[in-house]
Amino acid sequence: MRMPRGTWRQVATLVGLSLLVSILSGCAISGAYAPMSSVAPASDHAREINTLYRLVFYLAVIVFIGTMIASLWFTLGFRDNGRRQARQFHGNARLEVLWTIIPVVIVIVMAVPTFDRIFAIAEPPPSDAIKIEVIGHQFWFEFRYPDLGITTANEVHVPAGRAASFTLRSDDVIHSFWVPQLFGKVDLVPGHENHVWFTPDAAREEAYLGQCYELCGLSHANMRFRMFVDDTAKFDAWAKNEAAPRSPSAVAAGEAVFLRQACIGCHTVQGTTAAGKVGPNLTHFGARTTMGAGIMPPTADNLAKWIRNSADFKPGSLMPAQATATLNDQDLQALVAYLQSLK
Amino acid sequence: MATTAGTLPQYATNTGLWSWITTVDHKRIGTLYLFTGFIWLLVGGLEAILVRTQLAVPNSTVIDADLYNQLFTMHALTMIFLAIMPMTAAFSNWLIPLMIGARDVAFPRMNALSYWLYFFGGIFLSSGFLFGEAASSGWFAYAPLTTNQYAPGRGMDFYTLGLLILGVSSMVAALNFAVTIINMRAPGMTMMRLPVFIWMTLVISFLLFLALPPLTVALIQLMFDRHFTTHFFIVDGGGDPIMWQHLFWVFGHPEVYILILPAMGIISEVLPTFSRKPLFGYAAMVFAAVAIAFLSWAVWSHHMFTTGLAPVPRAIFSANTMLIGVPTGVKIFNWLGTLYGGSIRFTTAMLFAVSFIPLFTIGGISGVMHSSPPIDSQHQDTYMVVAHIHYVLVTGALIGVFSGLFYWFPKMFGRMLDEGLGKWQFWLFFIGVNLAFFPMHFLGLAGMPRRIYTYDAGLGWDFWNMVSTIGAYVIGVSVLVFIWNFFKTMSKPMDQPNNPWGAPTLEWATSSPPPEHDFDVVPVVRARDPLWYDRDHGLEQPQPTGHEHIHIPPPSYYPIVMSFGVLLMAVGVTTSLAVTALGIPIVIYSVWGWALEPTS
Repeated sequence: MRMPRGTWRQVATLVGLSLLVSILSGCAISGAYAPMSSVAPASDHAREINTLYRLVFYLAVIVFIGTMIASLWFTLGFRDNGRRQARQFHGNARLEVLWTIIPVVIVIVMAVPTFDRIFAIAEPPPSDAIKIEVIGHQFWFEFRYPDLGITTANEVHVPAGRAASFTLRSDDVIHSFWVPQLFGKVDLVPGHENHVWFTPDAAREEAYLGQCYELCGLSHANMRFRMFVDDTAKFDAWAKNEAAPRSPSAVAAGEAVFLRQACIGCHTVQGTTAAGKVGPNLTHFGARTTMGAGIMPPTADNLAKWIRNSADFKPGSLMPAQATATLNDQDLQALVAYLQSLK
Repeated sequence: MATTAGTLPQYATNTGLWSWITTVDHKRIGTLYLFTGFIWLLVGGLEAILVRTQLAVPNSTVIDADLYNQLFTMHALTMIFLAIMPMTAAFSNWLIPLMIGARDVAFPRMNALSYWLYFFGGIFLSSGFLFGEAASSGWFAYAPLTTNQYAPGRGMDFYTLGLLILGVSSMVAALNFAVTIINMRAPGMTMMRLPVFIWMTLVISFLLFLALPPLTVALIQLMFDRHFTTHFFIVDGGGDPIMWQHLFWVFGHPEVYILILPAMGIISEVLPTFSRKPLFGYAAMVFAAVAIAFLSWAVWSHHMFTTGLAPVPRAIFSANTMLIGVPTGVKIFNWLGTLYGGSIRFTTAMLFAVSFIPLFTIGGISGVMHSSPPIDSQHQDTYMVVAHIHYVLVTGALIGVFSGLFYWFPKMFGRMLDEGLGKWQFWLFFIGVNLAFFPMHFLGLAGMPRRIYTYDAGLGWDFWNMVSTIGAYVIGVSVLVFIWNFFKTMSKPMDQPNNPWGAPTLEWATSSPPPEHDFDVVPVVRARDPLWYDRDHGLEQPQPTGHEHIHIPPPSYYPIVMSFGVLLMAVGVTTSLAVTALGIPIVIYSVWGWALEPTS
């Protein structure tokens, strides 16, 4: 069938539009513009997944443009112009066999590298991998380094160029653990233990962003975390500091308030009698760049408001509100100063 | 074709509220399904508009976290169980007897029961909003977030009992449809002459009554966990939350095909009529649907690739999922083959049907992408998945429903929907869905999680969220145009002939709207496209030969009474068990009365 010129023009417009959409999508998801982009890999496993994704994406674009051109050509090219007689046929066995085989071939092209990746990712991590346990809580992430004696929350550091192996558990409901640029997401499931590992490319000053990806309750949106890829020296310094008890220069007046209040029921500060396990470990809280599971900077103002009523920032937060009757303003200021001094 | 005088049993009044409450006429029940489903479509749409309004800008505070979680959960439940399924069931109700040349479905009172259970079940499911505690754990409600400890309100009780009631409704309807299609075809209507829409309905009937039991089991287990201290999904008691996911998705994935196959059936009717040529590759279309249905039982764990599934099951479920792309591809190619060589009329019904092909392909392609577990680990629970389901369910299932509405409206209501307004609606809808849903692909690849009520600026999500919200409003406007069109059309007199489109299938052989008994004389089927065959061979359908007794089932109020009893039993679980106790005798009474009711 010859296509009329008008139809060609319409088909060409459509192909142009598709290209525009592709360019837009390229911009929309580039790592520079979108720091949680899943197509800007920065580790070995993320890059391997991205290679597979690109293969499938190009196949998808071909199939999509092909279908678009065919739909437009056949509808516009065969419109009722008052003269055209519809051709009465019921099918074409040869064509139907052909277009059963085409998707089969596409499936095989996708399936082979997919299987290869599935089993590669399931390989155990190298023996020198740094071991980190991740425990999901409503609504924050706990990180433990069993070999280094570190327990921290919502900010995790890994050394560049060395495999990091995560063991994933949950303390309450199902959460999901994902840093889009570094690895494929894996759920934290109560009663199950999951694993994921990868080797980050290079050290970076700026943190990689992650967050919970499985609906876990009211503050699912506020369950975020940061992953820092440090060079070895920086990582070792960080780890040494984290493993130590709380800083001797911590504000003593604030510590007195902390130990007197209900805080110690849930929070641990190593080097004091506070040994609660329900909330995040605060031993080196002052060294973190964010608070409230990555939702805001730990300024004095934010901290004071948070301690008064954390649910204002984080609906469903399990941390009880503190009225002035139980915690007066002076004590609150001391407490804030103390938390900030826990470097 | 006027109703032949004296053929109707005279014990039924045909107007007034009571006649609608007691009706067992498949066409009236179809109309009830259609209107109820459409009202729920508006409710679900409003929920979506509110969700999109909240997400339009970063750190928005229009809606709080609690209401947001209820809105997106109820949006999904409303659209899936109360809008799309019932609206496709409306077409099945209306069309099964008319397309196969029968006078009603096999079990007319069960048909009414299925509608009234849906009616009350839908109200019950959504009534949580009245108390500010609608279900808020997502439509697939992953345990243990749904247990008493983490969902202490009544939201999950509205969910479990509401879905149980709706499940019974779907089960009854599915059995009724399958029995009718298999047993009540007119002479000459062999299985391989069935219209493709009827084939799709038969396939989803089997899917429904095989898929609903695992969901029912899961819902009852959850109800027991919540009310009778069992521990099916509670780890501390030895339960396993992953079991919920298996049970739910064994239902949930076939459910996706239950939603989309009827829409595929609709466009398989619309495309040939307006291309003026037979469907390309009828047999392949039927077998492709059956293949999709079979494969849909072996793919459920692709929803669970990130839960820590071992590599071998991951590979198997991945391969099965990719294979579904093959029969789906065959269907798309055959629709294109149907267009090729035609003489195409661009009616509104045809515009919707044609746009189904490329738009559904987008949803199909992203589905194939997610079938690869490593890729899925980058897409799962991001907006990429939200984009995928909306391209399948909105530009697939819902576009099919709109196509069917414009196509069969003259048959159902004797009037033609305004084509000018219809085209306005189509183009607004087309632009709206692509503005709303295409940017979700970008958002997903940019890492935006689904089900978050707020997000920070600076993540590359701001612009596309705003675009998506504008798209949602445009879709809203297009639906308003449809409502305007409906009222404008209904104010006109009935003027449509039997077959205004020159369509090939049997429903167009009777009057528009059809008489209560559908056909004055049972039609004769000589080929796959019976009316075109008759036209091309100068043949006539048989004409009535004087007075003939036609048996029409009498109206009954037992279906609505039984459904009301079931509703009370469910209400009791969320209020007081005394209400449940009240419901039980009502159900028993209606079963008893139903059994002894004379049928002629």
